[in-house]
Amino acid sequence: MTDSQRSNVLHLGVIALLAVAFFILPTYHVGNLSRIMVLAVYAIGYNFLFGYTGLLSLGHALFFAAGMYGLGLSMELFDLTSAPALAIGLASALTISAVIGFLALRTSGVSFMIVTLMFAQAGYLSILYFGTYTRGDEGFVIQQADRVMFGLDLSNDTARYFAALVLFSICFLAIARLVQSPFGRTLIAIRENEERARMLGYNTVAHKLKAVVISGTISGLAGAAYALLFGYAGATFATVQYSIFPLLWVLLGGAGTTIGPLIGVIFMFYLIDLSSSITSAYMLIAGVVLVLLTLFAPQGLAGELRKRVFKWMP
Amino acid sequence: MDFGPHLLLASLEGAVTAAILALTAMGLSIVFGVMRVVNVAHGEFYMLGAVIAWWVTSLIGGHPAIGFILALGIAPLVVGLLAATADKLILQKINYDPDRTIVATIGLLYIIQQTTLMTFGPDARPVQPPFNTRLALPWFEYGENGFAMFWPWGLSITSYKLFVIIAAIGILTALWLVITRSKIGLIMRATQLDSETALAFGVPVERVYMWVFGLGAGLAAVGAVLVVPIQQAHYLMGHDPLLLAFITVIIGGLGSLPGTVIAAILIGMSDGIISVFFSPTLAKIIATLVVAMVLAFRPQGLLGRSAH
Repeated sequence: MTDSQRSNVLHLGVIALLAVAFFILPTYHVGNLSRIMVLAVYAIGYNFLFGYTGLLSLGHALFFAAGMYGLGLSMELFDLTSAPALAIGLASALTISAVIGFLALRTSGVSFMIVTLMFAQAGYLSILYFGTYTRGDEGFVIQQADRVMFGLDLSNDTARYFAALVLFSICFLAIARLVQSPFGRTLIAIRENEERARMLGYNTVAHKLKAVVISGTISGLAGAAYALLFGYAGATFATVQYSIFPLLWVLLGGAGTTIGPLIGVIFMFYLIDLSSSITSAYMLIAGVVLVLLTLFAPQGLAGELRKRVFKWMP
Repeated sequence: MDFGPHLLLASLEGAVTAAILALTAMGLSIVFGVMRVVNVAHGEFYMLGAVIAWWVTSLIGGHPAIGFILALGIAPLVVGLLAATADKLILQKINYDPDRTIVATIGLLYIIQQTTLMTFGPDARPVQPPFNTRLALPWFEYGENGFAMFWPWGLSITSYKLFVIIAAIGILTALWLVITRSKIGLIMRATQLDSETALAFGVPVERVYMWVFGLGAGLAAVGAVLVVPIQQAHYLMGHDPLLLAFITVIIGGLGSLPGTVIAAILIGMSDGIISVFFSPTLAKIIATLVVAMVLAFRPQGLLGRSAH
């Protein structure tokens, strides 16, 4: 098998495994997995910018929230149905990421991190400030009647699981494809050595801007899907915490690997889930595991696998 | 009260914020400047400083000043030692790799926060200020009878708040003297400029890093000990100072110490003034947007040298 065939088998295998999991796992874990898949879409979006382009953003909660509130508010205020509301969620994430990308890409390194953090913080505060519409921290519930798409009731466990799986599969395969394309290769070249990429004649700023927009839109898609599938939008999802989460997931799973985001989310989710059933001090366990992982698995879980076993993994 | 006295009051409150912020941000700035490490757990070191200050003062009876002075000595020392140990056990082992440092310090943040919650509890606890006289401030006005001085009602500050401002100035001056005039400062600056050459000249770079990390955390703890008599100690109190300190360090120019102080004054004062005259949330939105814009158009910060 060639490397690209191997990676196709890997990606389709992961999707097949997730589809089979629905029939094998008990209800509780099926519920968890649908949440994990939506969050993994968020992590995939983040990984595209951080893992492949090498830009560390701390403001992705803004894009996640843009998708979430774009969908939620257009349902709440204009009584739109789920499909156009989803489109509005995507459009708002796209617009906001284009504007933020345009401004923040004037900087690089730590300044980029802080500028994105500041914009996200301004976004979070705005959600609080316009509390009359957004209901601030408290958030609002999306009615079950609004959560029907193409005749499927997404509040139903089965529909929700497969909707999440379809969404995840699309993003997963699309990104796996994209990073193998000339565009993706150029982004990796920028990550490795921006000066050289520029010297070779690539317009690095335009490439990075595209990467921010793609990453932000996928993150927004995850936010919109989260609101649609779980029926809730709240300002918590716009806090710094939600910008740090995808960074953690991606670093744990393996930055710059296609399956890293999924592995990272599963690992972190079950780490907190399992340790909180043992002790109330689950944060302590999470902290210790994070430190141990940085000490012993510097490339993240998938990254270590790639280094040691699957050298061909994209 | 008229506009003038209001403004004076807001500026004084802002100056207290600026003083604490300058100390906290300075710790972050030194660590970043010398070690190139973004310490996400900095806010937790600040929180630990406040919590230890509460412990010390609650153990010591008698006049509140005794406990406070002890806390001012003990808390930064304990926090500094803890940070130095964390550096030796974790950060040194991962070779200060930027991404892994961020994950490791996030892990450290969780560990410190949870441990504090388990031992100290979720309540906010007050610390008695060592002295707290209310000082009425005069205001001058040029009226019908010429130049007149009066004491508007409500225009006052406590002696403790004045002390915080003066203490911060004193500590920062001492720090500046150490860095620019002493052998220790010379070693620090040599490590900052070029750690490999410094190593070749016999500077124990690893030990310098360890103590610089400790010093940075210690400065956050000093800021926290000074703040607890005004705000209470709470296990989640590290979040806001971390964000503010980050902004300050970046605005001032990465690793530039005078820039950090100037930025702390700007941010502290404007925070005080804007939130007195406008809605605090709106003030924060405007302030964060302005900061983001300033950085987008002047990425090297106020006093930073340009990146390349």
